[in-house]
Amino acid sequence: MTQLDATWADPRGLYGWFMHLDHKSIGRRYLLTAFAFFLIGGVLAALMRLQLSRADNTFLGPDLYNQIFSTHGTTMMFLFAVPVMQGLGIYFVPLMVGARGIAFPRLVAFSYWMFLFGGIFLYVSFLLNAGPDVGWFSYPPLAGALYTPSKRADVWAQLITFTEVASLAVAVSLITTAMKLRAPGMTLNRMPIFVWAQVVTSFMVLFAMPAVMLASTCLILDRLVGTHFFDVEHGGDALLWQHLFWFFGHPEVYIIFIPGSGLVSTIVATFSRRRMFGYLAVVLSLVSTAFMGFGLWVHHMFATGLPQLGESFFTAASIMIAIPTGTQIFCWIATMWGGRITVKSPMLWILGFFFIFIAGGLTGVMLAAVPLNTQVHDTFFVVAHFHYVLIGGAVFPLFAAFYYWYPKITGRLLSEQVGRWVFGLFFIGFNLTFFPMHLLGLHGMPRRVYTYPAAMGWGTLNLLASAGAVLMACAVLTFVVDAVRALVAGTAAADNPWDAGTLEWATNSPPPNANFPSPPTVAGREPVWENPPDQPVVVGLRTDARDVLVTHVLDAEPDHRLLFPEPSIWPLLTAIATTVLFIWSIFTPWGVVYGALPVFVTMVGWFWPKSADEGGTQRWPFAHRTLPRPNEAPATGGAI
Amino acid sequence: MSEVRTLDVSGLPPGAFGSRTLTFWGTLGIVLIESTVFALAVAAYFFLASRAPAWPPDGVAAPDLRWGTVNTLVLLASLIPNELARRAAERVDLARVRAWMVVCLVFAVAFNVIRVLEFTHLNVLWDRDAYGSIVWVLLGLHTTHIVTDFLDSSVLALLMFTGPIEEHRFVDVEENAVYWYFVVFAWLPIYGVIYWAPRLL
Repeated sequence: MTQLDATWADPRGLYGWFMHLDHKSIGRRYLLTAFAFFLIGGVLAALMRLQLSRADNTFLGPDLYNQIFSTHGTTMMFLFAVPVMQGLGIYFVPLMVGARGIAFPRLVAFSYWMFLFGGIFLYVSFLLNAGPDVGWFSYPPLAGALYTPSKRADVWAQLITFTEVASLAVAVSLITTAMKLRAPGMTLNRMPIFVWAQVVTSFMVLFAMPAVMLASTCLILDRLVGTHFFDVEHGGDALLWQHLFWFFGHPEVYIIFIPGSGLVSTIVATFSRRRMFGYLAVVLSLVSTAFMGFGLWVHHMFATGLPQLGESFFTAASIMIAIPTGTQIFCWIATMWGGRITVKSPMLWILGFFFIFIAGGLTGVMLAAVPLNTQVHDTFFVVAHFHYVLIGGAVFPLFAAFYYWYPKITGRLLSEQVGRWVFGLFFIGFNLTFFPMHLLGLHGMPRRVYTYPAAMGWGTLNLLASAGAVLMACAVLTFVVDAVRALVAGTAAADNPWDAGTLEWATNSPPPNANFPSPPTVAGREPVWENPPDQPVVVGLRTDARDVLVTHVLDAEPDHRLLFPEPSIWPLLTAIATTVLFIWSIFTPWGVVYGALPVFVTMVGWFWPKSADEGGTQRWPFAHRTLPRPNEAPATGGAI
Repeated sequence: MSEVRTLDVSGLPPGAFGSRTLTFWGTLGIVLIESTVFALAVAAYFFLASRAPAWPPDGVAAPDLRWGTVNTLVLLASLIPNELARRAAERVDLARVRAWMVVCLVFAVAFNVIRVLEFTHLNVLWDRDAYGSIVWVLLGLHTTHIVTDFLDSSVLALLMFTGPIEEHRFVDVEENAVYWYFVVFAWLPIYGVIYWAPRLL
């Protein structure tokens, strides 16, 4: 191992395992944990399909069914979709911008533990018969103390706090990484579209997640200390919940979809063997989708009797969001049109994405119309719509990404042949499961019912949907088996098996601890394709410490160096203390007061310097300053 | 490998001040998150007000102006030592950093104590009705900020006395001052809402 690799290595051993800081290690943990929750959420879905496969079924009772669908939705949104996309960001954003690591690595490590502990907390509660049972949106008054006297609604509300703390921390780290740690030469208009997608998503996280945190805090306060936010009798309003929740909940859809569309742009360009057509249009589409995504939330509330002007406004806004999405779709088509397409497994999933996502988008345009929306409100039509959008818009690109980046992460190739089977089974199974739900919804089958009488005539379509779920389960199992097989005995992957153009392919598979032996510089949007052979590499960073290069926001000119922190146990301890506070606070408000003390102590432990030259600057007292003032021109060593 | 061109960055400084740093972007992220929380809580306040027949409800007096206004002035005045601490940090002047941070902490103790008086002069409890709930949450949210800002500033000030001190630490002092600005400025709209909205609505 070179000195550089040893410097950036995570500590070994069991104790060391809890101190990991490498973004690749944390990214892998995020991806594996989120995928595990995907499997668990899938098992819950399978149980629901089993229950609904025939009329008057008594396999699951109503109480358990309520817990299962609430936990399924909560898991898929908060423990799978958002974290899995952020996991990809944690792993790949630093590599794609040519950085040695992710900004604020200890914060990212802390975030992982919060995410994990939140998930464990939800499932321990579920196994103790205290799983949430009031839907993934937990509407009061049903979720209030009067109608849900158990702790089930509190479990939901506090799970939200766990996962939002985690995703907010990751969002700040990803934005900072993309803005300040890009390779010299990677101006903003050369930043990979996937990185753009992660930045845009992270900004959405900053503005959307606080809404649900505030809402769930108010809900806990209502339930615990007798405030009256959602209590109509004392001047509160249940609609306040819906506004706050959907102000988060609708952007959430785009928080899941925008990284997905970033994946599509990345993979389409690679497998069409050309630069993305309409880079600027695609980036602007991502940004405008993010803005518009905050102006649509009321379309989830059309059935609540809003003023007509409001309904018209939100209908128009909801239809307008088809414009940036359409722009992206046309840019993808144009990229493929002018390119030489090779259909390997990743590309197969992207083609599947086009089909599924556009179908979901069309029912979305339908649902934007108030009359139709009111007609199918709370029916299986809506269930069909959002599974087409979310599985189409996020899970298909995600599987494409698994196939695309598996060789980079593990150094092994997944089987191309098995990959086609997985895709085929999943694609057919998906349509078989969810297409009939459109019809069931139009026939009037409501969501969230644990069974239905035979006389309704919904049995056949439900059986079809359940059969499709079996195919999907087979597909996912086959994928898992192949992934394990490839890890053990897969063909070794080249550094750049797809001949792709972005920087993660400019290093080994899997990448070394420091990511790049010498950090790259960049002369185009697809550096691996476009850099001239004599493109300079960065030298002069210390190899005996975690030295990184910080660059300017717009033009990525080198600005200064910075030492990254060493691995530490304190992020884990802080996460444990925070977990204790969160869970304690479900039972008594004093949990917040007394629980804050260990949080404070662990945070001080986290920040207190362990050695005199930890930050890599000179020790007091010193004669001359070495740090430039805020507006001083950067030192020489600047332009390429 | 002799033909590989290089970009030598060994001459770059080992850190920086102000908006060039990673910490600045981290602080900015936190400020955006917390501003959103404040803005949404204010929105919730007006949403509830718009649904209420009377605001504040009949039989409830608006919060007493005295302590809230005094505290606003104390918070604003704390910006002077805060700015002086920030400038001293940028000049890497340890003596002045120590002095002004201590003055800042004195102010922080003052506005935390006065905050207790504010709570006792709200003229409503959180469990009376939705008006009481949102007023307490608004004031509580900001109180969380002044308590945590007091605690983390204390730890940093302590560190500037005990050491180990390196040049990089002065950047932390500067960033701490930036966050202090946020905590003070975030108070102004909340002060307006808690104390003046019930009188003007």
